[in-house]
Amino acid sequence: MILTYLIGALIIAIGISVNRNKWVNYSLAGTYLLLQWIFTIYACFHLNETDLGYFTYDSLGILLLITLSIIAIPAMIHSKIYVENHHESGAIRAIYFLSMVGLITAIGAGYLANHIAVTWIFTEITTLSASALIYHHRNKLALEGTWKYVFIGAISITFVFIGILFLSLSIQLSGTGHMSYASLLENAHLMNPFWLRLAFLFIFTGYTVKLGLVPMFTAGVDAKDKAPAPAGALLSSVLMNLGFVGVFRMYIIVANTPLHHWANLVIGISAFLSLFVATVYMIKVKNIKRMLAYSSIEHMGLVMLGVAAGGIGYYAAILHIILHAFVKSSLFFQYNQLYRVFQSKSIYLVGNYFKYNTTGAMVLLLGFISAAAMPPSGLFVSEFLIFRSLFEAHQLVLLIAVLLLLTMIIWAFGKNILKILFIPPVGFNENNVPRISPWESVTQFVLLALAVYLGLNPPVEFVHLIEESLILLPH
Amino acid sequence: MIDVLLITLLITLFYMAIANRLMTYIKVLAIQGVLLFVVAFVQLEEINPLNLGFILLETIVVKAIVVPFFLVYILRKNNITREAEPFVSNFFSLIITTLIVVLTVLLSNTIQEAHLDKIFFIVAMSTLFFGLYLIATRRKIITHVMGYLVIENGIFVLSLAVGNEMPMLVNLGIMLDIFASVLILGIFLNKIGDVFKDVDVQQLNSLKDV
Repeated sequence: MILTYLIGALIIAIGISVNRNKWVNYSLAGTYLLLQWIFTIYACFHLNETDLGYFTYDSLGILLLITLSIIAIPAMIHSKIYVENHHESGAIRAIYFLSMVGLITAIGAGYLANHIAVTWIFTEITTLSASALIYHHRNKLALEGTWKYVFIGAISITFVFIGILFLSLSIQLSGTGHMSYASLLENAHLMNPFWLRLAFLFIFTGYTVKLGLVPMFTAGVDAKDKAPAPAGALLSSVLMNLGFVGVFRMYIIVANTPLHHWANLVIGISAFLSLFVATVYMIKVKNIKRMLAYSSIEHMGLVMLGVAAGGIGYYAAILHIILHAFVKSSLFFQYNQLYRVFQSKSIYLVGNYFKYNTTGAMVLLLGFISAAAMPPSGLFVSEFLIFRSLFEAHQLVLLIAVLLLLTMIIWAFGKNILKILFIPPVGFNENNVPRISPWESVTQFVLLALAVYLGLNPPVEFVHLIEESLILLPH
Repeated sequence: MIDVLLITLLITLFYMAIANRLMTYIKVLAIQGVLLFVVAFVQLEEINPLNLGFILLETIVVKAIVVPFFLVYILRKNNITREAEPFVSNFFSLIITTLIVVLTVLLSNTIQEAHLDKIFFIVAMSTLFFGLYLIATRRKIITHVMGYLVIENGIFVLSLAVGNEMPMLVNLGIMLDIFASVLILGIFLNKIGDVFKDVDVQQLNSLKDV
């Protein structure tokens, strides 16, 4: 089935690039969504089966694939709105949809890959398609953002490859040449710890560019700033999840060796530094899109703290990345409407959003409450569980430091969002404000509601899938 | 034989550390491409013709001919001045390169394993770190690209060390090289030259938080 899916996506992509007619493009994008959902449903019914040798429909992959398919629908809808509002030419529109299809397909296939090299290949493809999206506006700033993303992405992907090479050195002793995650896990206890250490360090560092952690987070922030908001929503949610998958699958292997504690330390340091960096930037940032991007870094830092703490933290981490994907993508979709009203992304030049677009302002307010993890947000549950895991791991000092940093982040985030919502902007000309249909916000409300529902009242199957994806970790 | 070739590769790094002109960098990159081909040819004993063709394409055609010519073309097209403009003096560069090599030698001495040829590890890691050093200390965007190409060469050496057991990894590495070179050089440097008149990293600082 995955072969059909990949070939189908390829045919649709070729179709989009060949025919530049507007309606052909839209209908092909719609067909792609249909294909994506058929594939997702097929995958759900074939849990834990291997397809094509290199792909397994395991629980972690399925969970994230469903998340991806849900977010893909509003992403395409908002892309259509975006493209129409900007009156893009046929070629640019075709490249945009082509890259969207490529990005979503590569992310989905990357989730399901059961071989470390296959995950790596699809991560490479996401760099390629994301760079086409970042370059969408074809101006100097977009070029700068794309250049940084491509260059740092290339170096990171190289780091992952070095990690894979070291991993292959470490398994040579165990006598197997196969590098699927399952066979690596089987031979985990035979691996040479020196090479395994180096491998984990390089693979972790490499994937941080997608995951958005210290040290490679900078390129991702620039990318989300310059990419059109519907694409930025994908970069800031599902693509980060791909980075998580890359790190987490490797982490499972290391966790089953004596290096478990050391790996936790590495992840914990990187996660705490990310939180710290996110706090510093959140306080001074005045660009709304970058503020949302830094908020993503904060959340990924929390997720990895949960992983490092272990115990209930693993469960919380997976819950958190899924809920965060819904919340952050809905905020990015909303950002586009905000930009259409004010024609600016600087916090100084926007304000009193409730007056100009009440529905959109509601999304922004609810999105802020969700992202700041205040009840009834689903993220409250997962963050609470992460704190509990830190407490149970006897990391009280760390927990207090994290809580202090989070307080500062919520203060900075709240100050900016409330300014956008209520304080009138100076020198803003009200005459040209476009009327924005409330219907455009429906998908954003749905995503936010989904985050609340899954956090507060998770269905049994959902909990079961999360627990099953943690089964390989030592308890 | 392999030792001699790999040490020659190491020497090219020292040469690159003190070179002043961009043309020298390009020539060194071309020489490294040829060296890598010979190393691959000697090292991979039981190689099938298809793989050999692939490696030949990657090292001789891409690394030694296409990329250098393309870099020269970019230099001419964008009227990039011929100086490399490092932030640090050549003397300092030489010392740091020496330190990098010494440190990797010390690191490799801590490895207790008979499986791996240590020289591969030393040369690969030195090349990798030297590439990063080159990126950090040169002013022009095009020297960043050259630094990346040096890193790629280091990785190629490392993949050869495991190439006999896992030929798949060598092919993957080649795929990475070609993919990244095409993406960075082909699509990008062309555009960058058109938009940013003087191709200098100082120009790439407009994306800010405030």
